[in-house]
Amino acid sequence: MSPVPGVAEAGRRLRDGDTTAVRLLEGALERAGRYEAQIHAFLTIDREWALETAGRADADLADGIDRGPLHGIPIALKDNMCTRGIETTAASQILAGYRPPYDATVVARLGEGGAVVVGKTNLDEFAMGSSTENSAYGPTYNPWDTTRVAGGSSGGSAAAVAIGSAVAALGSDTGGSIRQPASLCGVVGMKPTYGTVSRYGLIAFASSLDQIGPLTRTVEDSALTLEAIWGHDPLDGTSFSGRYPDPKSGLNRGVAGLRVGVVKELAGDGYEPAVESAIGEMVSKLESAGVEIVEVSLPSFEIALSAYYLIAPAECSANLARFDGIRYGHRGQGATTEALMARSRAEGFGPEVTRRILLGTYALSAGYYDAFYGQAQRVRAAIQEDFARAYQQVDVLVSPTSPTVAFEAGARTADPLAMYLSDICTIPSNLAGHPAMSLPVGLDDQGLPVGFQVMAPPLGEEVMYQVAAEVERLAGFDLSPGLQEVAS
Amino acid sequence: MPVEIDIAHVARLARLDLSEDELEGYKNQLGLILEHAARVQSLDAEPQVENAHPLGLFNIFRDDVVLPSLDRDEVMASAPETADGYFVVPPVMEGE
Repeated sequence: MSPVPGVAEAGRRLRDGDTTAVRLLEGALERAGRYEAQIHAFLTIDREWALETAGRADADLADGIDRGPLHGIPIALKDNMCTRGIETTAASQILAGYRPPYDATVVARLGEGGAVVVGKTNLDEFAMGSSTENSAYGPTYNPWDTTRVAGGSSGGSAAAVAIGSAVAALGSDTGGSIRQPASLCGVVGMKPTYGTVSRYGLIAFASSLDQIGPLTRTVEDSALTLEAIWGHDPLDGTSFSGRYPDPKSGLNRGVAGLRVGVVKELAGDGYEPAVESAIGEMVSKLESAGVEIVEVSLPSFEIALSAYYLIAPAECSANLARFDGIRYGHRGQGATTEALMARSRAEGFGPEVTRRILLGTYALSAGYYDAFYGQAQRVRAAIQEDFARAYQQVDVLVSPTSPTVAFEAGARTADPLAMYLSDICTIPSNLAGHPAMSLPVGLDDQGLPVGFQVMAPPLGEEVMYQVAAEVERLAGFDLSPGLQEVAS
Repeated sequence: MPVEIDIAHVARLARLDLSEDELEGYKNQLGLILEHAARVQSLDAEPQVENAHPLGLFNIFRDDVVLPSLDRDEVMASAPETADGYFVVPPVMEGE
């Protein structure tokens, strides 16, 4: 048995009386204490708050109050989700010391579900990046090889789950920021259908793309965590109020008779051979398990990255206009209010955030709007059309999550475009608003995890989890080796 | 296609007080990124998608109910400078 239980396993032990919420939390904190110096997954750990919540979870269970699958489970939160009275920085200097006066909806839901927040995890500043090296508080390193990146932007959440300093974590995914770090750290990362998890209290990066989702050790844990956080929220105008899928219903159904599409455009140049072979092997195993494999072409994917790097920065430039040094956050000096704002922003934002604000401002500015932003929106529509055509033929689409395994720290920091290419497989699902998830299917010859992506149509979480559960069974991936490696 | 960028103008629009050197660096990087981004112009189809929200949500209104507001003292506690419940800022207009 793995030394670190998952959500489902910890829940069983808790209800069987083999452990307590306080002991689960102490286990997570003990691992954090042992590995943080090498990994740096967390920005804030508030022991007192966590222990108090865990104590309450135990008292509730003793009184016969069971709040559901997350009751007593230690969970880490990406530090771009507001926690009332607990420092929330989005890994930016401009929010150093900021204590929000309210909880994000997902934080409130975790609380109602009895979950215990271990701490706030590291990220690329304002979730802009693919390696967690853009954090103003220093990078997160990969538990499988600490000279390599954890991926990003939810690198802290992915590393915390991989190392066992949290049983599960929440991340946010704007262009792959849950799935890519999950892939690089060998855990399960899932981005739900746009509009199903409330963004209230999530520090906004690109509002039409951002979604919160779970990072976990197993596919079942992912479904359990998702069910605890999603659902309609009147505080988010884009929140879906209709009928939600049942992600757990297909977990044990098998995949016989399903049609799985392999995306032609997400392979070839730039993809590491070890990644391609691990993906190919899994596709063959799925075929043996009774799936019909269909190669599908979605030509617009070739220009999805270009569209993303116009749309996301455009939205970021508008969203980040609120950081001005007046009402909260870092304040610079200036003789006038405007000069003070411009100085506060120049001092408070790191280079990648500044770059994206400039890029977005340019793409939206007079004279360039149609050629860049307007055209990017047309590409977005073309991607939705291509997806819709593909889903007439297949139930889900599959691809690598990332063209490469975890890369060396520092290898891409000087070349923004090379860094952006990390997200080439994950971006289309954000632009379309569709659900997608990554799960580990094996290791390359250096012992680094390879992630397999499953994409589904809007509200297609049921069939997506059905396929992911089978992929997990077929892969038989064991997280423990990574943990042993760091321990030695 | 080389992209023309008046970087000082863009920085001014974005309210970012950057040095000449910083502006030059960002201008070069933006040029490279925008050259890549200009590939969006290769799409010649006119796709028809009726709604940007994947679930077709459109003009969402909440019920007009009064809810408790955030606590003023708690909100003001985050501000760099306050006086008597107000945010303190330097002059808005430049003067002599």
